[in-house]
Amino acid sequence: MAEQEQPTRPEETVAAASAAAVTGTTEEVVAANPLRDPRDKRLPRVAGPCVLVLFGVTGDLARKKLLPAIYDLANRGLLPPGFSLVGFARRDWADQDFAKLTYDAVKQHARTPFREEVWRQLSEGIFFCPGEFTDDGAFDALAMMLKEIDETRGTGGNYGFYLSVPPRFFPVVVEQLKRTDLAHGPAGAWRRVVIEKPFGHDLKSAHELNAITSAVFPESSVFRIDHYLGKETVQNVMALRFANNLFEPIWNRGYVDHVQITMAEDIGIGGRAGYYDGIGAARDVIQNHLLQLLALVAMEDPTSFDADSLRREKEKVLKAVQLPQDLSLSTARGRYAAGWQGGEPVVGYTEEEGIPADSITETYAAIKLEIANRRWAGVPFYLRTGKRLGRRTTEVAVVFQKAPHLPFSKDDTEILGHNALVIRVQPDEGITVRFGSKVPGTAMEVRDVSMDFAYGESFMESSPEAYERLLLDVLIGDPPLFPHQREVELSWKILDPIEEFWASQGPPEDYPAGSWGPASADEMMARDGRVWRRL
Amino acid sequence: MTSFMLTDTTASKISSQLTHLRHQLGSPAVGMVLTLVVVCDEGSQYDAVRAATEAAREHPSRILVVITRDETEPNRLDAELRVGESTPGEVILLRLYGELTRHADSVVSPLLLTDTPVVAWWPKESPEVPAEDPVGALAQRRIVDARAATPSVRAIASRARSYVPGDTDLAWTRLTPWRSLLAAAFDQPVGKVRKGVVEASPDHSSAPLLAAWLGERLGVPVKVAESGGPGLTTVKLTTAEGDIVITRSDARLATLSRPGQPDRQVALTRRPTAELLAEELRRLDPDEVYEAAVRRVARTSKS
Repeated sequence: MAEQEQPTRPEETVAAASAAAVTGTTEEVVAANPLRDPRDKRLPRVAGPCVLVLFGVTGDLARKKLLPAIYDLANRGLLPPGFSLVGFARRDWADQDFAKLTYDAVKQHARTPFREEVWRQLSEGIFFCPGEFTDDGAFDALAMMLKEIDETRGTGGNYGFYLSVPPRFFPVVVEQLKRTDLAHGPAGAWRRVVIEKPFGHDLKSAHELNAITSAVFPESSVFRIDHYLGKETVQNVMALRFANNLFEPIWNRGYVDHVQITMAEDIGIGGRAGYYDGIGAARDVIQNHLLQLLALVAMEDPTSFDADSLRREKEKVLKAVQLPQDLSLSTARGRYAAGWQGGEPVVGYTEEEGIPADSITETYAAIKLEIANRRWAGVPFYLRTGKRLGRRTTEVAVVFQKAPHLPFSKDDTEILGHNALVIRVQPDEGITVRFGSKVPGTAMEVRDVSMDFAYGESFMESSPEAYERLLLDVLIGDPPLFPHQREVELSWKILDPIEEFWASQGPPEDYPAGSWGPASADEMMARDGRVWRRL
Repeated sequence: MTSFMLTDTTASKISSQLTHLRHQLGSPAVGMVLTLVVVCDEGSQYDAVRAATEAAREHPSRILVVITRDETEPNRLDAELRVGESTPGEVILLRLYGELTRHADSVVSPLLLTDTPVVAWWPKESPEVPAEDPVGALAQRRIVDARAATPSVRAIASRARSYVPGDTDLAWTRLTPWRSLLAAAFDQPVGKVRKGVVEASPDHSSAPLLAAWLGERLGVPVKVAESGGPGLTTVKLTTAEGDIVITRSDARLATLSRPGQPDRQVALTRRPTAELLAEELRRLDPDEVYEAAVRRVARTSKS
């Protein structure tokens, strides 16, 4: 004990600290920093000094999510002193204009209360670099600006580049970063690039996209954001499974009947016609969010929670995913038609602005997958997603088999369904357990009841936004919550044959907006003797 | 919110009334994660309940507030039950009269949530040895506040004597943002620190703790000096290359300066009690770093 408390020799400290230089609070830094102690759990993980360069500052994502998340991080004391934010866009703006945009975004969308002193800390480090992506001069100016920021703000040459722009701009931006030598820092400094979905629209394009970034940035510096993985409940899946002894023994084909993973949205495509048409629900949602959820629910226990072990397990299970023989019987797709959604009349997909009348893009997709390993053989995983459904909800439901023998009369358990464990991802994060219980009274009547658990929200009424967690992880350089390129490719391998099959099937089946999807999806379940959970 | 008063009652009556109220509200299941026992007097009750209720938004809890009333009156227990909208869990105010004031544990113990952690909090005066207090003995975590004692610095110096794993002091919790900022400053290479000084308003209970923590971690003497406040105002660490200084004169915005680098501003606001309490409830394991700091305060204050 006494020995442990001895601080490291100062000479060693200096050497080690320089070596670990300016990463965030990673393990090496903890070891090198005399003020950090693994037992000191109050000290939060704080990013090291750095600059975040944001491409596409005027987009919806930047205004509604990224800029507020940066403020919220600062408000929680998780950004380093000197943290700087550089906006890059095709606007004739000065620093103040970008600061104004940030200020408005923060005021309007930040989760935590506005505090003048936090804003002052943040606004000191806000810069703007005007220019086009094709303009060499603009990127030279950016490189110069970053160098200057290193000097005036002490950011130590650590830059994160957030590409909040459509993928078609990736090649030119990445090429510019390479040309200006911004992609590779001097020894001891890091350079990272953050990209958002879509990571391609099939295996081939995912390869191509990856070739662009990986030609310039090493895989370890590429952070692919899937904001679902930043959600507390999703991380709680791992706690639930691997910290408890209650669930794991039954988490297999011996007890599980099937698994349903759902992401339902009540909105239509909104203003995203240009992006959405030709992509569709499966590529937009199943390839990334739902298959990631499937991987977390179905994987074996990782040897540790570091990025490598975790990704390895996810890859293993994604590799084991198998498509059913006959895709016409085990997939369903639909397209919303005009109808009433939540009390309002809404138009159908083909009547949305910018959608061609002959579009065959689906807005609802349901697929059945199997996992060929010892734990899951024979247990179907049903994935579904759709727009303009009854309401917005995302959940993973593990549905258990019926009890092998019921020592009750048939009438008593007539309305008893399957036990289920439901992980509610959004909007109401938590866990629901569904089980049979006796109805009070003299008769032995058993019926299903639901028990909910929600860990409290944090102070500010809502739990930290997924983007806060993920941005912090980027700045610290902690990658477990970011899918690896191999996972992206494995997911496309699962989806590509389905997309190919669908492409030959003409337009999808219409379903009225506000309903729970096309009849074919219900038929698909009925063929297996199952039903979708009513959400 | 539904509020319900019981006069001259017992723990079992409170318990059944609570169940009854829950059923009436239509939410019979309990999703609470801990019991928080607040020991205070009538004067400090309002603020304490407010802070505890806010902290319960993050940690759904049953909050038992033990209020000691007149010892000379006949023995009596009055209870006020609050469940519903504005309170995330349940709040039970217990008012103890007569000899019962010395047997609060007999009321608290049957009202604890089954098999979940118990945290005791004394927002104002606290017992000499919290772990040996009848209520403190029921808890895994015991939170006191040296700031409420006079003189505060002596209170913090005496913490080591009564320390039992699970003890903690809000004077320590208040330091987390400062410690976090200092630790972040040391994430960058820093030369050998030779000495340090922590400046704060007179009789500030957190100042010696911060000095002790820095001294313990850096292995150098760190002094405490008085300043005009408010609260903590300066931490200065002297290295061969120059001084690393954090100054905060308005209790809101601090300036970090270090050799060879421009000064930078960092928000460093004092936090309300509810936030301090929520931080305490986040981790319920013993805080060894706090222990090392109070032991050092005890050692240095003797010499």
